[in-house]
Amino acid sequence: MFVGIDIGSRSIKLVALNGQGIEDYKVVDTGFNPHDRSLELVQAYNAEKIVATGYGRHFAREDFADGVITEIKAHGIGNRYLFTQCRTIVDIGGQDSKVISLDATGRVADFQMNDRCAAGTGKFLEIMSKTLGFTLDEFGPESLLAENAVRVNSMCTVFAESEVISLLAKKENPRNIGLGLHQSIIDRINSMLHRVGINDDIVLSGGVGRNPCIRQLLEQKLGRPVYIYEHPELAGALGAALTARDAE
Amino acid sequence: MSDYRKMWQKLGLDLEAHDQLLAVIPQAYGDVYTSQAKRPEGMGYLDFVMSEIHGLRIKELNDLREAGGKVLGTFCLYVPEEIALAGGAACVGICGGADWPSPEADAVLPRNLCPLIKSFMSFKLGKVCPYFESSDMIVGETTCDGKKKAYEVLGEYTNVYTMHTPQMKDEASHELWLKEVEKFKNKVEELTGNTIDAEALAKGIGIVNAKRAALKRMNDARKANPAPISGRDALLIQQVAFYDDPIRFTDSVNKIAAELEQRVVEGKGVAPANAPRILMSGCPMAVPNWKLPFIVESAGAIIVAEESCIGHRYFRDMVDATATTEEAKIKAIADRYMKLDCACFTPNKERIDNIKKLVEDYNVDGVIHYSLQFCDPFTVEYNSVEKALKDANIPVLKIETDYSMEDAGQLSTRVEAFLETIK
Repeated sequence: MFVGIDIGSRSIKLVALNGQGIEDYKVVDTGFNPHDRSLELVQAYNAEKIVATGYGRHFAREDFADGVITEIKAHGIGNRYLFTQCRTIVDIGGQDSKVISLDATGRVADFQMNDRCAAGTGKFLEIMSKTLGFTLDEFGPESLLAENAVRVNSMCTVFAESEVISLLAKKENPRNIGLGLHQSIIDRINSMLHRVGINDDIVLSGGVGRNPCIRQLLEQKLGRPVYIYEHPELAGALGAALTARDAE
Repeated sequence: MSDYRKMWQKLGLDLEAHDQLLAVIPQAYGDVYTSQAKRPEGMGYLDFVMSEIHGLRIKELNDLREAGGKVLGTFCLYVPEEIALAGGAACVGICGGADWPSPEADAVLPRNLCPLIKSFMSFKLGKVCPYFESSDMIVGETTCDGKKKAYEVLGEYTNVYTMHTPQMKDEASHELWLKEVEKFKNKVEELTGNTIDAEALAKGIGIVNAKRAALKRMNDARKANPAPISGRDALLIQQVAFYDDPIRFTDSVNKIAAELEQRVVEGKGVAPANAPRILMSGCPMAVPNWKLPFIVESAGAIIVAEESCIGHRYFRDMVDATATTEEAKIKAIADRYMKLDCACFTPNKERIDNIKKLVEDYNVDGVIHYSLQFCDPFTVEYNSVEKALKDANIPVLKIETDYSMEDAGQLSTRVEAFLETIK
């Protein structure tokens, strides 16, 4: 058994591989003690090798992981395994969004990462959905029901929140604001995509892949299909598990 | 230490704030430097210099001043050190590499400005840099808009003299610069009361050429694989080049270089031979800006060269020492400085050629282009650097950051991912 664990800022994902493929997986909230939480998760498996990725990879290396890789490489490997023609990956994570470009053989050729703040990240979506009165799961579908998009000017999470509140005070439809917010995220992703260049199949990776509005807007913007795995949040952990399995 | 406190007080430092500043450095220095394995023994000298950075060296500068000498504080490679030394003055780099917030500086500078400028202003207005307070004259230059205008503000608090550095390399620019160098010579003569003749110039040129040669020799050893010295240590040596007494420094660097040459012969390195070899390119890193080199080397790479003002740009070109007359020597100095390939120039193709040459000479696997936030010359020039490197199939990563630690996690993910792509 080979285990990959992706210790993110919002959730910890684990994938266990056997000779055939994925045998088991887990997704849990990171909580306030990511250290114990990850240790607990991996200890449930009799792993031959453990590879960690995500923000918690460094403490994992000190404690239990046999190796570490970055989220960027992990998403590259995981998505390439899931989608053999994948060359471009959009991963909107809890704290940062990334666009990854793979070469023809599947190796990471280039990547872009947003700067510092939470603009356009999963955390941004989470806070905005709450401000608009939606659950995170409702946010995408509800935004797709908008009649027209209302633009929110600020992408700074804190400023966008006050802007959204004043739009709500003006009786603006939350769905319309939601669509506008999703569009701003897509604009950001689009400019990152243009910096790395778009090749072959595009995969939307990470938990935000579950948001149908992000997918639809991205497909519209690029005029091509965007592929999503049924458990998009697992791609990083899968990439780590594959690395554990394939390391000599 | 009590002597130093008295000295600092006499210089007018804010002792309490200065204590806080000095308290931070040993921790950072320990984390980044003394904890390294297989350090060259010669680095003990640098450890000593760093431990005395606000002590012994400041005392020396003050002794010089008490004996009638003068101290020039500088921020840029364009200020001809040879001339300062010819006039019997000491030339020191001024503090500007730390995130040292000063409300006084925030009041006189815009928020979105290069961290180096904000930092030097904070050091001056917060009265925590003994180099500032020991300088009889600060020599500014017009290399970028931010500095050029900030020197006007700085001039309200201290004695600032600004050199007009050109931004092109045509004939008119060469003429302008030669005149500026002559004017600077006159200014140093006026400040020090000493006459700068051909003999004095020969002495100044000799000292600085020897310093550059020692740095070049030390750097040549880094071409070897495995590299005999870490990038952090080499950066520190190059940073100290701006502070320490030039003759003592040259002597110590030659000793370090000899030690490194021996290591190369023995095939001893500070990193495994398969560690990715990185060239750091871009903005200068003033003490104690060690953030990125520390992140890069902690991720398993080895930095083998610095394409920056604190790096190859500083020691690459020598002043032609064969010129005999005073006039010819001044011209030789001016010519040497016009070879600098700072991003403040347009066009600046030499810089790209030099980066590519360093990649070849040092057997570099990847280039990390570092720029300080809001540094227009380097952030804009990145575009052409990236294009040239990508065309030549040389991996390149762009990092734009400041002196704060808030993006350290992000930066290490970027750097590690970059290393994964070039392994």
